[in-house]
Amino acid sequence: MPLVAVIAVMNFFWLRLAPGDLADVMAGEAGAATPEYLAALRHQFGTDQPLGLQFLAYLERIVHLDLGWSFRYNESVLQLIAGRLPATALLMISALVIALVLGCLAGTIAAVSRHRWVDVAVSILATLGFATPLFWLGLMLMVLFSAHLHWLPAGGILTPGVAASGWAMLRDLAAHMVLPVFCLAAYYLAIYARLMRASVLEVSGLDFVRTARAKGLSRVATIRAHVVPNALLPIVTMTALQFGALFSGSVAIETVFSWPGLGQLALDAVASRDLNLLLGILFFSSVLVLAVNLIVDLAYGWFDPRIEVER
Amino acid sequence: MSTRREFLIKAGVITGGSLLGQGAWSASSAATGTTLVANTLPEPAGLAAGSTPANPTNVVSSNLFDGLITYDEAFRPVPQLATSWTESADRRTITFTLRSDVKWHDGVPFTSADVQYSIMEVSKKVHPIARPTFAQIVAVDTPDPHTVVFRLAQPSPVIWSYLDTSSAFIFPKHLYAGTDPLTNPYNAKPVGTGAFVFKEWNRGNYIRLAKNPDYWDKGKPHVDELIFRIIPDASARSIALQNGNVQYAPLTPVSLVEARRLEQNPDLVIDTKGWRSNAPMFFMDFNLRQKRFQDVRVRQAIAHAINLKQLTKTVFYDFATPATGPVPSYQSRFYTADTPQYPYDPKKAEALLDASGFPRGADGVRMRFNHLNHTYGEDFQRAGQFIQQQLKRIGVEVTLENYDLPTYLRKIYTDHDFDTMNVFYAAFADPQIGVIRRFWSKNIISGAPWSNGSGYTSAEMDAIVETIQTAQDPEQRTQAIHQLQVLAQRDLPSISLAELKFFRIYSRTLQNVNTTPIGVYASLDSVNLGAPARG
Repeated sequence: MPLVAVIAVMNFFWLRLAPGDLADVMAGEAGAATPEYLAALRHQFGTDQPLGLQFLAYLERIVHLDLGWSFRYNESVLQLIAGRLPATALLMISALVIALVLGCLAGTIAAVSRHRWVDVAVSILATLGFATPLFWLGLMLMVLFSAHLHWLPAGGILTPGVAASGWAMLRDLAAHMVLPVFCLAAYYLAIYARLMRASVLEVSGLDFVRTARAKGLSRVATIRAHVVPNALLPIVTMTALQFGALFSGSVAIETVFSWPGLGQLALDAVASRDLNLLLGILFFSSVLVLAVNLIVDLAYGWFDPRIEVER
Repeated sequence: MSTRREFLIKAGVITGGSLLGQGAWSASSAATGTTLVANTLPEPAGLAAGSTPANPTNVVSSNLFDGLITYDEAFRPVPQLATSWTESADRRTITFTLRSDVKWHDGVPFTSADVQYSIMEVSKKVHPIARPTFAQIVAVDTPDPHTVVFRLAQPSPVIWSYLDTSSAFIFPKHLYAGTDPLTNPYNAKPVGTGAFVFKEWNRGNYIRLAKNPDYWDKGKPHVDELIFRIIPDASARSIALQNGNVQYAPLTPVSLVEARRLEQNPDLVIDTKGWRSNAPMFFMDFNLRQKRFQDVRVRQAIAHAINLKQLTKTVFYDFATPATGPVPSYQSRFYTADTPQYPYDPKKAEALLDASGFPRGADGVRMRFNHLNHTYGEDFQRAGQFIQQQLKRIGVEVTLENYDLPTYLRKIYTDHDFDTMNVFYAAFADPQIGVIRRFWSKNIISGAPWSNGSGYTSAEMDAIVETIQTAQDPEQRTQAIHQLQVLAQRDLPSISLAELKFFRIYSRTLQNVNTTPIGVYASLDSVNLGAPARG
């Protein structure tokens, strides 16, 4: 809780270091402005108040879990976040699941087939995935699958204006998801594959694995029951640490694929100096990252009974 | 086709088949009825141009709201909500007769009271451009529901260039009266008079409009549905245009290089005509609050050192022509080429700098200053680099600074914390709206973006500007506008570099796209889809 409060306070002052405000931006977009127009805008946004008063008002709102009003969108910040969250959550969770499952699988296979062609292939792919910039990969995939082959839509989350429901909608959604999810997953898949490979190799050399083999367990059964569960621990740690990074990766993906999620909303908020909205998103995402880390800390106990949560 | 089908089947096998069973993805496959998919960028802040005056709003709003009039190819007024108009002999009274069969999308009849409210309560109070443009309007009378009378303190010809829906926007009074028009919730779910009715705004995704079955112009619009997709990435927009997912993108949707490439695409039209009324003029300003820039010879030297032909060619890929003065040649009614010019001549530039007390130092440098690049894309950063290279030849060392829009605006128009900068201002249809703001000393307004940023003050210029604003006789007014161009080129407070040609891109299958000077701001009510887009 104190951490959340510190983050909230720091956000408020930090964001004010950026020159210019929403009134500048809206007047800039209008192509002209009179002082009266600017004054009307600043009065409406409340930015004509002294900073101290603005800060007090902000604190009071945060305490009541009221994230405020976005003057850019003319909507409450909470509503805006709630509206965009499902799209981002869908993107992140699918990418995370795919990256975890395939990454661990690839890493394990690479480790047990050490130095054979499978291992080399996985390692090369992982290095490529690790080194490719997300937005570039996204654009290239889009050029291939959407512009040349016409298999997949070039962006968006659903085909606009088609009021499909049930299976038709799911299929439409899935088709729109393929490229962005794969693209976001690629990088993390590479990380998890490399990490899992190293981890499996390390665990394979430990005494209890030799014991398991010695008592007559087959190679496959040993890997499944003894090696993999023990090798998973560093992956769990990494997942928690990278949750925040995944969020920032999704900003790039959302922009390239016109995915109407939180990342795009945050980017818009920065560019237009929509402070309330930006503060809201930052507050919300910091709480989210903290919550995920907490959950993962608790999950250690389940993955490894040797670790006990202190009560 | 068989090879493609085989390919699809293989792909289906590889990817598990279920997702891609539908086959090729194209715009036409999903539509029921006729749908026109357009693009606006960035996502607008509201959908009513009168309360959110910005291009991304304008291109959507004009489909929802009609104006009193619209304009033809020669920028003459054409009836829209007003069927006819008369101007009194002293030009101080303008009477409009309104269409009697128009209803707002919620069924309430459109009347003269809506016009009165919009002009007097919104345009003249909060609209950043209409407020100065309509300064001479003192009252709007409504003798009957279908007659509107503008009463003017002085004749004001500029009004005739500012009466379409992207300018003199007409609000539904019954939904706005008594509210703050800037925050009225109907800005996000507009109720208009136009050819399309608002259906849905899925934020960050698309805006959906549908045919207005009760539109007064029977037979229009020609499409059942009009969708504006929000696509933040320029490369993604280019792909969407090429594969037909987007058929109309009015707001310069791709980079200039990409546009030159798309020109080769037989399915796409790249049009600069629809931008003529916006008439963007690209220029370089000096911070005239600094002593070194107050010597006109220094400014002339800089002008002589920049090769405008090269600039328009290498930086803007010929989507621009060299400017001869502050009024763009698009404004043919007001433009004159007969002004002092500063042809490319580095030797003369060096001589001028020598004469004004800036000889080359030991390191070969005469002068150093920074240069803030306009923030609307990399073209303006390239322009800054071009200027930097050109000035290096005459011993002027330029440091480029790139910021985002709010920082840029703050530094120039509020803090005056810059040496030189580049920017474009829309000249709009009349120099009084878009050009005089660069030169009028009363337009040095702290904090107001796109005002007189250089701080140029000249009694002679102010007198000309005020003649333009109040001239009774159109001939006298045109004379004054010519004088302004001559003086601006002689004093050179700011170097007019290039007339930019913004463009829109649309599918060649679209028919009857509005190509008048206000084309990008016009309704898509006449557009036909034509043959289906290439799969």
